[in-house]
Amino acid sequence: MSEIADKVKKIVVEHLGVEESKVTPEASFIDDLGADSLDTVELVMAFEEAFNVEIPEDAAEKIATVKDAIDYIEKQKAA
Amino acid sequence: MFRLDGKTALVTGASGGIGRAIAATLHAQGATVILSGTREAVLQEQVKELGGERAFYVTANLSEAAEADALVGKAEDVAGAPLDILINNAGLTRDTLALRMKDQDWDQVLNVDLSSPFRLCRAALKGMLRRRAGRIVNIASVVGTTGNAGQANYSAAKAGMVGMSKSLAQEAGSRGVTVNVVAPGFIVTPMTDVLPDAQKEKLTSAIPLGRLGKPEDVASAVLYLCSEEAGWVTGSTLHVNGGMAMV
Repeated sequence: MSEIADKVKKIVVEHLGVEESKVTPEASFIDDLGADSLDTVELVMAFEEAFNVEIPEDAAEKIATVKDAIDYIEKQKAA
Repeated sequence: MFRLDGKTALVTGASGGIGRAIAATLHAQGATVILSGTREAVLQEQVKELGGERAFYVTANLSEAAEADALVGKAEDVAGAPLDILINNAGLTRDTLALRMKDQDWDQVLNVDLSSPFRLCRAALKGMLRRRAGRIVNIASVVGTTGNAGQANYSAAKAGMVGMSKSLAQEAGSRGVTVNVVAPGFIVTPMTDVLPDAQKEKLTSAIPLGRLGKPEDVASAVLYLCSEEAGWVTGSTLHVNGGMAMV
């Protein structure tokens, strides 16, 4: 697992207070990890801070799963 | 009841009549208070009056967006504790009839009285939501509800503050953070002291409770909304106006 994926997972565990084993790439923040809309906003802000990237509103809306977040950040970091 | 021991509160506009009373009341109930304002000497004096303990000050010019954005962080730094309570009390007026109101009069009042409270709310909410606790009280005005000739800018900003507070209350409710408004009527402050007696009498005659308000009348309402006891009150506006406008 990449460094980014590791860090994303850690942030999700910390913010949502869920077990690490549940944070699989396919896990949906809202459907599988019990997040509400405010949690997803807080998560996006935490990602922005941790990775020093800006995630615009339209991109943030599309980040629904752990994998979505990892892919987006990896793409930003590669660019 | 209404004790605030262990809580940390930021009061903007703390060197003014109402802000001063709010800070003193919260402090008397056990809170650590951070006073914010533009006049450093006055703020220093006030910290001394509060006995120096659990009292701090930060100067900030809230017409500057960057200073408003940074204020919550600075307050937490000087107090060495996360913010539990935010009181958006700072405000200014540029009164004149609309026909003579310059864009600058409009923009300045909207900026300081509405945009800057929003910036402070946004900054404070970040931590409050995470900690699952917090109280925000925005100080509006009766004219936000009734309107007032000569105050198109001020009444618009204060009415805007009510709408903003209701939206924030809905956003923050699931985390136990409350956002409420206190809307004072005519309060005796250094600013209103200079009015001629005849005008004060006329104002008083329109108030069922038969007197002008004191800053402490407002501070008590703020205290209630900051307390644990007000934990099921959010998005509401508490009018403190002696019955002048029953809304």
